[in-house]
Amino acid sequence: MLTYTIRRLVLSIPTLLFISLIIFLLLELAPGDPMAQVPLTVPPEVKQQMREALGLGEPTPIRFGKWMWQFFVVEPMVLVDATFGSDWAAEKQRVISWQTRSPVMEIVIQRMPQTLWVVAMSYVVGVLIALPIGIYSAYRQYSVFDQLGTFVTMVGYSVPPFFSGVLIIVIFSVQLGWLPSIYDTTHQVVDWDSFVIQLKQMVMPVMVLALQTTAQISRFMRASMLDNLNQDYVWTARAKGLSESVVVMIHVLRNSMIPVITVIALGVPQIFGGAIITEQIFKVNGLGQLLITSIQANDLPMVQTVTFMLAVLIVMFNIVADLLYGILDPRIRYD
Amino acid sequence: MTEIGNPQPRTPPRSQWRDVWDQFKHHRGALAGGVLFLLIIAVVYLGPFIWTIDPTFIDIRARNQGPNLTHPFGTDQLGRDTFSRMMAGGQTSIAVGLTAMLLAVGLGGLIGVLAGFFRRLDGALMRLTDLFLSLPLLPLLLVMVMLFRETLSATFGPESGMFLLIVVAIGITSWMPTARIVRGDVLALKEREFILAARSIGTTNFGMITRHILPNILSPIMVSATLGIANAIITESALSFLGLGFPPDFPTWGRLLNDATVYLQDYPERVFWPGLAISLTVLSVNYLGDGLRDALDPRIRGR
Repeated sequence: MLTYTIRRLVLSIPTLLFISLIIFLLLELAPGDPMAQVPLTVPPEVKQQMREALGLGEPTPIRFGKWMWQFFVVEPMVLVDATFGSDWAAEKQRVISWQTRSPVMEIVIQRMPQTLWVVAMSYVVGVLIALPIGIYSAYRQYSVFDQLGTFVTMVGYSVPPFFSGVLIIVIFSVQLGWLPSIYDTTHQVVDWDSFVIQLKQMVMPVMVLALQTTAQISRFMRASMLDNLNQDYVWTARAKGLSESVVVMIHVLRNSMIPVITVIALGVPQIFGGAIITEQIFKVNGLGQLLITSIQANDLPMVQTVTFMLAVLIVMFNIVADLLYGILDPRIRYD
Repeated sequence: MTEIGNPQPRTPPRSQWRDVWDQFKHHRGALAGGVLFLLIIAVVYLGPFIWTIDPTFIDIRARNQGPNLTHPFGTDQLGRDTFSRMMAGGQTSIAVGLTAMLLAVGLGGLIGVLAGFFRRLDGALMRLTDLFLSLPLLPLLLVMVMLFRETLSATFGPESGMFLLIVVAIGITSWMPTARIVRGDVLALKEREFILAARSIGTTNFGMITRHILPNILSPIMVSATLGIANAIITESALSFLGLGFPPDFPTWGRLLNDATVYLQDYPERVFWPGLAISLTVLSVNYLGDGLRDALDPRIRGR
């Protein structure tokens, strides 16, 4: 298992390097110049120096190398400095955003809490709703509840977040006026009342994202339960005289959870990328909103760094899912 | 001995597609989905011949109307008829969905067959598939549209350039699941006896693929195709919704939804029609795919 983990981690390095190269080359084609806003009275030599200060004006391979050095060496150093108070990264060039002229990672860290609160919360809520639905649908296959569950799942698949989000804004904010339609990120939770406000503004984005998660996970849960419910060991357990709840909730559920847990692990990075639209609708200034505004503003270092971090998440959670599968299912051995 | 004197079967043999249709008929959701999808296509493409109001006709005196007899879905802020705009938007959205699906399934099928059939290509092509699966797709799609929008609009004109760009972008970011499924099926098929028999009578690789492999992997391809339409329509709408899709005066369902959200406070009912159209289309296609998957799976046929 350990050798397998190490092999997968080592193999992921060239994949990630290649992905970062693809993203870099794609962004290299981008039109637009970060100096376009600088007044015409600024002499060309000064403009050239400003360009170089932003890491521009050099050949592509050198800039790619510099970005890699900054991302993989300087940024971790900064992290170490911030944790232990050392000064390794002092005076070293970090990845700088063209929009704000400040280090990209600082902005990412500022935006992280909002995304984690809303997106991670909705993922947890979605999974918690999905599991019972999937279990019961499979146990009573083709019953009214199962048909209804399948329909809700289909609706969750089919209604895109930019419609469901807008629809619940119309219902709960415009018509009923119960919930705020805009997520206020400056809001701080200090006492019970402010906690209620925080809860209120989180309800709608969490609902929208959780609907999609629920749709996917409950479908997997149902299919996986159905695979296991007709196995011989279930009949054996029933024949032994175990109660129905023990058979379903312990014997079948534990075996059915194996593929579902890997699917849950695979979905984690997707949720970060997929939150772009939901964050845009509810004006949550999280990572997704950061990405779309920097794409629109042509802020290439920001786009490059955030997209690459998403790619790292995807690759890492792929490995996590495979490892979980091996740990949970003793029939699968990687060595 | 006379009882078995007539070994001829009385009834003509049932074709595979007849069985598939019989199974498909029993899936009520799928049948309803199929009918609804055909209905939406019919309304969107044939409707403009009956409902002849030009979607770009500006009648400023009739602006911001609610549903009434002259404008069944109301009008927008410039007095354009929402119903005819919905039909025009639907034409683009469904055309994008179908073409992007064809591209994705064609690419996925080709890569899947090549990887499954030729062992030498398998490693490289599957690494490529894994690589594409690890890319964050929505951000890259946004970046691609942002980068090539100007160039393609200049070359092919704003509408067809954008159409081409969106179709290609969706196509090359959604072929991977099809390729994986097809490869798995081809690998399983290659071990079967009829392939060995065909090989032993000297069938060429090309003949093998077109005559023996492709007809047998048609069912996973068809299922991926239906799900691909749904995926492409949603992606196109998402791009239009984020303002990175077709130009503003060129309606698609996502664009109409995006335009309507600006007037959410005053005319909240306006977001309803395009959103409902997208959702119903995708829902019907998803049910269709679900039914097809069941109908094409011989193991559960007859249940």
